[in-house]
Amino acid sequence: MTDLRHIRNFAIIAHIDHGKSTLADRLIQTCGGLTDREMRDQVLDSMDLERERGITIKAQTVRLDFKAKDGKTYQLNLLDTPGHVDFAYEVSRSLAACEGSLLVVDSSQGVEAQTLANVYQAIEAGHEIVPILNKVDLPAAEPEKVRTQIEDVIGIDASNAVMCSAKTGLGIGDVLEALVERLPPPTGDADAPLKALLVDSWYDSYLGVVILVRVKDGVVKKGAKITFMSNGANYQIDNVGYFTPKKVPVPELRPGELGYITASIKSVADCKVGDTITGEDNPAAKALPGFKASIPVVFCGLFPTDTGQFEVLRESLAKLRLNDSSFHFQLETSAALGMGFRCGFLGLLHMEIIQERLEREFDLDLVTTAPSVVYRILNTRDEIVELHNPADMPEPNLIKMIEEPWVKATILVPDEYLGSILKLCNDRRGEQIDLTYVGNRAMVVYRLPLNEIVFDFYDRLKSISRGYASFDYELVGYRESDLVKVAILVNGEAVDALSFMCHRASAENRGRQICERLKDLIPKHMFKIPIQAAIGGKIIARETISALRKDVLAKCYGGDVSRKRKLLDKQKEGKKRMRQFGSVDIPQSAFIAALKMPEP
Amino acid sequence: MPLTDPRDEGFGLYVHWPFCLSKCPYCDFNSHVVDSIDQAAWRSALLAELNHFAARTPGRVLTSIFFGGGTPSLMEPETAAAIIAAARGHWVAAENLEITLEANPGTVDAARFRAIRDAGVDRLSMGVQAMNAWDLAFLGRKHSVEDARMAWTVAVKIFPRVSFDLIYARPGQDVAEWRRELSNALDEVRDNGISHLSLYQLTMEDGTKMADDFARGAFKLPNDDVAADLFDVTQELCAAAGLPAYEISNHAAVGQACRHNLTYWRGGDYVGIGPGAHGRLMLDGASRATRQIKAPALWLKRVAEKGQGTQDEAALSTTMRAEELLMMGLRIGEGVNRARFQRLAGVALDSVIDPVALARLVTLGFLTVDSRTLAATPRGRLVLNEVLRQLTKSAS
Repeated sequence: MTDLRHIRNFAIIAHIDHGKSTLADRLIQTCGGLTDREMRDQVLDSMDLERERGITIKAQTVRLDFKAKDGKTYQLNLLDTPGHVDFAYEVSRSLAACEGSLLVVDSSQGVEAQTLANVYQAIEAGHEIVPILNKVDLPAAEPEKVRTQIEDVIGIDASNAVMCSAKTGLGIGDVLEALVERLPPPTGDADAPLKALLVDSWYDSYLGVVILVRVKDGVVKKGAKITFMSNGANYQIDNVGYFTPKKVPVPELRPGELGYITASIKSVADCKVGDTITGEDNPAAKALPGFKASIPVVFCGLFPTDTGQFEVLRESLAKLRLNDSSFHFQLETSAALGMGFRCGFLGLLHMEIIQERLEREFDLDLVTTAPSVVYRILNTRDEIVELHNPADMPEPNLIKMIEEPWVKATILVPDEYLGSILKLCNDRRGEQIDLTYVGNRAMVVYRLPLNEIVFDFYDRLKSISRGYASFDYELVGYRESDLVKVAILVNGEAVDALSFMCHRASAENRGRQICERLKDLIPKHMFKIPIQAAIGGKIIARETISALRKDVLAKCYGGDVSRKRKLLDKQKEGKKRMRQFGSVDIPQSAFIAALKMPEP
Repeated sequence: MPLTDPRDEGFGLYVHWPFCLSKCPYCDFNSHVVDSIDQAAWRSALLAELNHFAARTPGRVLTSIFFGGGTPSLMEPETAAAIIAAARGHWVAAENLEITLEANPGTVDAARFRAIRDAGVDRLSMGVQAMNAWDLAFLGRKHSVEDARMAWTVAVKIFPRVSFDLIYARPGQDVAEWRRELSNALDEVRDNGISHLSLYQLTMEDGTKMADDFARGAFKLPNDDVAADLFDVTQELCAAAGLPAYEISNHAAVGQACRHNLTYWRGGDYVGIGPGAHGRLMLDGASRATRQIKAPALWLKRVAEKGQGTQDEAALSTTMRAEELLMMGLRIGEGVNRARFQRLAGVALDSVIDPVALARLVTLGFLTVDSRTLAATPRGRLVLNEVLRQLTKSAS
């Protein structure tokens, strides 16, 4: 049992590639959590996807034993949190489980927008922030410049920032000492009724759901009966313990400690991030503050390429949901794509992650429709209806009003790209809130409709700024807007999977762009194919794919037969990867590529 | 008319001569440039391989021999004579046995032509390719327009039947230019009594120098719409000149179609000898595909050792055979004969084609169908790849 005064709980805040995982690896190694033989890079990122993309999706904790210069041994609990904006709520709950944060900044790159949002969240959570200047060993490192930048941009004192190189191990001892010296110990009352914060959870096929908790008050004991305060569900604890990162069972977790609970829970959907766990017999009077149910903000349709894979997709989605209750799915039938699912995600990264996991872990080939946001429609019966799918848009005469979600976006960009970035934001109906300079970088804050950024905004931003701009956003609410559904007709028939919502002012332009793109994306057929964009019954744009006139082998004699037959078979295979719509074959890639805005 | 009889698609012998004086940049045929050729060794090897296949196909009636290449006009006329004599000995020679040899203008003179004719060749096919100096150079041809003109003027006096090839849809070629060039060529064809023309659109074949240059953007080809226009002009001019198309790229006066090539398109059997030659043989009730070793030196060595240089030989599945018969049969104006198809494929034509696609393609005017034949219309032939993709049921 560790004295509260000898516990330090901390999170690490860093931009992608600024060295968070490497620093975590080094801290674990230095404190002997793993032997050299057990060490591998990014030990905390267990999913392949996390390791490859250098991102953290699930939170994890590691308990480190550190003997400080004062001669005492401290229990340091590292909480590795997801860093992406899509998981802002999850991050906030992770931060609520700690008293301080290491702010890791790459000394050659400086502060990025994503760091900014997370560090402000940490400050809001009352954290003591310890700035770490990482990668000081790099030739391009400018620690002094970055130190000043941290003070200017974030507004915290960086005079005692710790310089280190997680890669070489330089300064790692200083980082650990700084944690002990500067972070406050946790507080809590072991005799009070149990209050434990649910930080994250995941499904383990042997143990059922494993829950990460931070004990605030009371004691979590093996065998005890607990209650989830958000839904009143009761369980009996099978096991408690902590990670080193190996699982170490202990009889109990006390105030200030981070660790895990297993209680034969079948579904993570019952274990909501931010919930308060209390004792069944002696419950706390009040739950911990800050609990919110997670709400998907981005939706898209996922359809199996091979319609025979529908059941596999359904099972795969159900399996993924076992582990990620923040994503939602329900049956969707598309005339063009057949049976599939309408899926809701916390954001774009979350959507990409789920798609990638489905394709990778379940070996599925998917057709993804353009992402859409959640619109609110006030109909003529004065009901407010949420619209997740443009295909479900009611007839215009049944709509009194449509609202769309807006975000506040923060963009950090080198001066020379500022003009193009402002133009991009303005083109996307943005409203400038703020524009300030930090050295030679501009910090732009815009209010933007979510549907304008949900698709390719980030790609465009990166391409305009040659990768230098960084971007972050948060939802700020709904606003009334003059939105229309643009239907796309191929050969006279509306293709539901290609319809989209947009502002009336840009409908014609976007409709025309999409028709032009489809003209290139759909191969020539043996007849002319008109492609039209329409609002209601009104055609707003039109292109025509001319008929295929020549596709023949000039020569085919006795020596060519085998080779040409194989060629024909190969072409037929290629054809199978298209979706037949009426008498028109549309390549799968067209469904998403058509909706990308062209480079200006 | 024995050759339009659905019971007889002919039986041919193809002889591959793999050497050229120079390699043309567009050509992906099995052709090589070498310093010297042991003519005697090649002659005996070709005869040995002929012997090998003849022994497996006794009693067949031989309807055609085709010397292709490469440049078979570089073959010693004695070699051609020996092969023709051997073939006549092995099989029953049809009364109207057609013997074609490919020649390049510039590799032949009147004496050589005479010797080739004396060897038994009765049909000469000349690779003229273009009627202007610039395009001949682009195509890597070593002869001039004048060489070609002289060659066919002599050839028509020596051979009963003469054909020549042109390649069109060249870089920068437009309809007006091609119309002019082809009209001039057709005038000369008429004046010289030439009865057959092969007119091919230039195609980039993988692995050729020209395809690499094209991929690098060294030149541009007419787009598909222009190529279709060029094709249409070709049909129009040739028909008017009395040489209508009987196949996608082949035109002939009545009765002058190349019978050897018709055997390929009708799905008949053929023996292929020489490096890289392909064959199709019905043996023990199954169609087999044969392919000889491609590298000339290797082939020669293997034949010297084993009497044949077969690289592989495999039975064709019903699906493969059916696809081939359709792919080849729809190239010719007469189309696919149902009775012949049934006999050669072992299944009915209707069992291998998608009836919905067939109805659609007929309605759209790409195919015609009746109780005896399925044929592509001229429009259908121009988009035959797509017609075939839609028409044939996917092999599972």
